[in-house]
Amino acid sequence: MKKKSELFLIGISVLFLFVMLVLPLISVMVHSLRGGLCFYVQSLSTSTVRSAFRITILATVLSVMVNTFFGIIAAWGITRFSFRGKQILSALIDLPFSISPVIAGLSFLMTFGRLGWAGKWIRTLNHALGTNIRIVYAVPGVVLATIFVTVPFVAREIIPVLTGRGKEEEEAAALMGAGGILIFRKITFPHIRFALLYGIILCSARALGEFGAVYALSKTRGETFTLPLEIDALYLSNSSDSITAAFAVSSILVLLAILVLFLKNWVEYKKGINKSNGFN
Amino acid sequence: MYIELKNIEKSFGDYKACDCINLSISKGTLAALLGPSGSGKTTLLRMIAGFITPDAGDININGNRVNDTKVYDRGIGFVFQNYALFRYMTVYENIAFGLEVKKMSKRQIRDRVMDLMELTGLKGMEKRYPSQMSGGQRQRVAFARSLAPNPGLLLLDEPFAAIDAKVRQELRFWLKDMIHKVGITSIFVTHDQDEAVEVADEIIVTSNGRIEQTGSPLEIYKNPKTTFVAEFIGQSERIFDFHRLKGFDKQGFDGAVIRPEFVETFKRDNEKFQAVLPYSEEGIVEEVSFLGTCLKVRLRVNGIHLTTHRSLERRSVSVGETMHVIVYRIYAYKGEKACYMENSLLKGKEIVAF
Repeated sequence: MKKKSELFLIGISVLFLFVMLVLPLISVMVHSLRGGLCFYVQSLSTSTVRSAFRITILATVLSVMVNTFFGIIAAWGITRFSFRGKQILSALIDLPFSISPVIAGLSFLMTFGRLGWAGKWIRTLNHALGTNIRIVYAVPGVVLATIFVTVPFVAREIIPVLTGRGKEEEEAAALMGAGGILIFRKITFPHIRFALLYGIILCSARALGEFGAVYALSKTRGETFTLPLEIDALYLSNSSDSITAAFAVSSILVLLAILVLFLKNWVEYKKGINKSNGFN
Repeated sequence: MYIELKNIEKSFGDYKACDCINLSISKGTLAALLGPSGSGKTTLLRMIAGFITPDAGDININGNRVNDTKVYDRGIGFVFQNYALFRYMTVYENIAFGLEVKKMSKRQIRDRVMDLMELTGLKGMEKRYPSQMSGGQRQRVAFARSLAPNPGLLLLDEPFAAIDAKVRQELRFWLKDMIHKVGITSIFVTHDQDEAVEVADEIIVTSNGRIEQTGSPLEIYKNPKTTFVAEFIGQSERIFDFHRLKGFDKQGFDGAVIRPEFVETFKRDNEKFQAVLPYSEEGIVEEVSFLGTCLKVRLRVNGIHLTTHRSLERRSVSVGETMHVIVYRIYAYKGEKACYMENSLLKGKEIVAF
């Protein structure tokens, strides 16, 4: 009897995932190749797509760097010190999970845009230095929006690992006179490295695919568009060629996603091995 | 005095962890801070180490006030409760860490680590990771690591808590032996009185953030100064109407603390006890249980419950049997103060005891 219910439950989940996830992704891949391999390569090498690819990679790399740095510091602070407002800080890190990305984009628009309070400062700065720094509708805005939506990933992965292990090893090292950097390098880092890598992978995946927040701050195709925005633009231009091109570009993102998935599983596997090396 | 604490105070919010602590320990002593959990003993140890700063008072090590000295400049070795070994380093790297921090030469480090591994019986395990070792071996590594930089003082936080009961016994002797061999002044924290009695040269009993009594294990055991110490050391029971026992007067005391070894019970026809038979009284056996090495016998004497241990070599007793009971001594207490009281009828008599 148990066998039957087992089969039923497994069947349901496989069917659901196949219909909801695998089938649509396959159709993206099939559609992307409808115009032939030649057309596929051609639609990937237009100047707008290449620019979008560059911007996407730039935004991803920068947000991973910023969030790794911030994530380690925040996780360290939250797990190693007790201070007023610690709970609030911890909750704030999660905010991008719960807030709609469009709102994130709009909030940057309202802050750095023509009417925003920081917009005036930037204008004054530009005036004084003779520069032409722009945030909204420019690459810096795209990067900022991407950073905003990816804030939680690294910190959230490290915090449980640091909490779970306690600070005795660090205290032991400090007692012997080791400085903060040495302690981090030799004792803390080996312990968090897989969690950190996992966080970075999740952060990259999110940064590659971000649409809503970037959409609010990016208006120029070929200059500030990321891949998801480029796909949207191609699809909306409504000629059958450009729709196929949209699918071709999409397939790039799908392939990246699959790559990330493999990386993620590999790291999870490593993290598992790592855990069994831990003792109490 | 190697270590002197003067009027140390420490509070965490409303909770007073250390209340006017005065303490001195001479060079080369192995001292135990003994007390129930929450008595402030770990706080005290962590203050000496420098992890916690006292609210008031002075900490002197070797004649220098170290309140403002950094943790790593105090010349202290610390063994953590769970040893806190660096789990991503080998045994060799663990022991060498403190020496590397001090920027000693590779050769010197190697010699020192090898000496310590030899001393602690870890030879041949250089390349192992802590996760590949038993609890006892980890303790040896922790001990060697804390001694590596040649500290003047060794602090150990519940050093046997993470080890299973059977190995614990063995390690107690090992550690005592090691510390005496090295000759380092040491303080360890424990809540286990057997451990303190077996290992320490000197016991400091703490309770509620105060020091109750300081003395050698024998002194603490034989002559507790306060009610708390009388009850905490040994397996003690409180009785209030102790004057109902033969040979004791109330003398204004509130009650008494009594231990199993203070009570003797024998059968009426036991030849060895005929001389003291007139001073004994009758008791009914209420419960007999087996403790592994002896029997625990509970008796009712004049409405008072007494517990004693009985050797397995002696004749067996059964529930309901009438036995003769002698109480050799008690700790009488009044308020917080306790004192030793002998059975007045037995004074000057020789008693055959088992």
